[in-house]
Amino acid sequence: MIVNRKPLTFWEKLYLPAIVGGFKVTLRHAFRSLFGGKTVTMEYPEQKWAVPADYRGAPYLVRDQNDDTKCVSCQLCEFVCPPKAIKIIPPGPAGQLADRPNAEKMPQEFEINMLRCIFCGLCQEVCPEEAIFLQKDYSLTGRSREEMIYDKRKLLALGGAYGGVQKWKHKLEEAKEQENFPVKV
Amino acid sequence: MNWNFIIFSAVKIAIIIGVVQGMVAYAVLAERKISAWIQDRVGPNRCAPPFVKAIPGLGPVLIRLGLFQPLADGLKFMLKEDFTPAGVRKVYFWLAPAIAVIPSMLVIAVIPFGSQLGHQQMVIADLNVGILYTFGIVSLGVYGIVLAGYAANSKYPFLGGIRSSAQMISYEISMGMSVIPVLLIAGNLNLSQIIGWQAHHGWLALYSPVSFIIFLVASFAETNRLPFDLPEAETELVGGYHTEYSSMKFALFFLGEYSNMIASAGMMVTLFFGGWTLPFWGLDHPAANLGMGLVQILVFLVKMLLFMGLFIWVRWMFPRFRYDQLMDLGWRRFLPLALANIFVTAVVLWLIS
Repeated sequence: MIVNRKPLTFWEKLYLPAIVGGFKVTLRHAFRSLFGGKTVTMEYPEQKWAVPADYRGAPYLVRDQNDDTKCVSCQLCEFVCPPKAIKIIPPGPAGQLADRPNAEKMPQEFEINMLRCIFCGLCQEVCPEEAIFLQKDYSLTGRSREEMIYDKRKLLALGGAYGGVQKWKHKLEEAKEQENFPVKV
Repeated sequence: MNWNFIIFSAVKIAIIIGVVQGMVAYAVLAERKISAWIQDRVGPNRCAPPFVKAIPGLGPVLIRLGLFQPLADGLKFMLKEDFTPAGVRKVYFWLAPAIAVIPSMLVIAVIPFGSQLGHQQMVIADLNVGILYTFGIVSLGVYGIVLAGYAANSKYPFLGGIRSSAQMISYEISMGMSVIPVLLIAGNLNLSQIIGWQAHHGWLALYSPVSFIIFLVASFAETNRLPFDLPEAETELVGGYHTEYSSMKFALFFLGEYSNMIASAGMMVTLFFGGWTLPFWGLDHPAANLGMGLVQILVFLVKMLLFMGLFIWVRWMFPRFRYDQLMDLGWRRFLPLALANIFVTAVVLWLIS
């Protein structure tokens, strides 16, 4: 497109209207931000964004409605994790049993290195037990690299309970129903 | 040798350098704060040593105003790595920041910042050719920038240096021309006596407004401030002439730019707005006692700070001139205007006498 540039009038060539206009605009904005308190700055640590519902923040482990660990130490997330941030130590044959019924085992140790994690959400997607979720935390801080490796206890504490999907509860109910189902031979 | 003279001059020099450095630091803060307000932001409002927060009432306000930011900035400059890129011409590279700062400091020597305290005149050097000295020294400032651009062995600083030299030369001429009517009217080159003339007859900005406007615009160009900041032009030339500089050397360019601003503001106040005088409360003649002397220094500082405010305000108001527009304005508008101004002033003075 060809923009038709009109030659400036004498008045415009003096730059005066533009100068006065500039003074007016800047003064208006300065007064507004000084005395009206109308600034666009969000003063971060005091004010924070409302994090959207589907935000992918830090991944944490969650507990079920009975406050039991959901993770069964299947290590799918460990295998799928692109930056290899997750490290799971399974309980082993003689290890501790799961603290909830319907599960054989739970991890002896579960570590996520938050310095490596890229918040991709593959662990959440792959988890058959829905035990790990990307939550809303985005500002993770620590004083050392060791501190940024979150262990199982910390992940569970940060993750909280998640009552939304109660897979094993439904399975249990189903099983009970099947037992009671009158089987006619 | 007059020992009295040497000691008092040394004290004055020390105080002025200290005050100017402090003013530069806080001019940077003012720059950041005013730009923030104009752009609907908050500006620096966090940095403070820990004990300040404990001051009831006042403490949070001081922090909110960012009054301790310059200290942190200075400290940061000191602690940064002073990096010298490969392939620079070392001598010039090290020389350039000094050449940028020294002239702007030297100019301040002739500006009378007060009448007198006791029997001491409040000016470091009361030269009879004050204005000529100023123009001579101010022109040196361009060498710092040109050398920086040349020495850095990099194309952006080089372009910045070229632009700077062309710009400074073209505006230097209009600036010099614009002052001549002032000299014709006041009939003197000594800055203290020009102030004395203004105390009797009124401010020279009223006698010769055209001179003032040309001088104002030219000093924007001389100090490399927007709308004429083509030598550094962040959006075009990365950082212009100081692209390759870091740490204290970079800070010296900053210091040079801002003390140039202070010197220009001081010159404008001295030449056009009566220096340390005010037409009432008996402030228009040299002070008889210490109190009045201090008040007159304060008057000068307030006038100067108003001009500094104008410099900063204008920076956040206008877009940068295009290079050909800059040259057009300098050579084809201001130079003829300044010449016509000299002619008209001379004719009027001749007719009156």
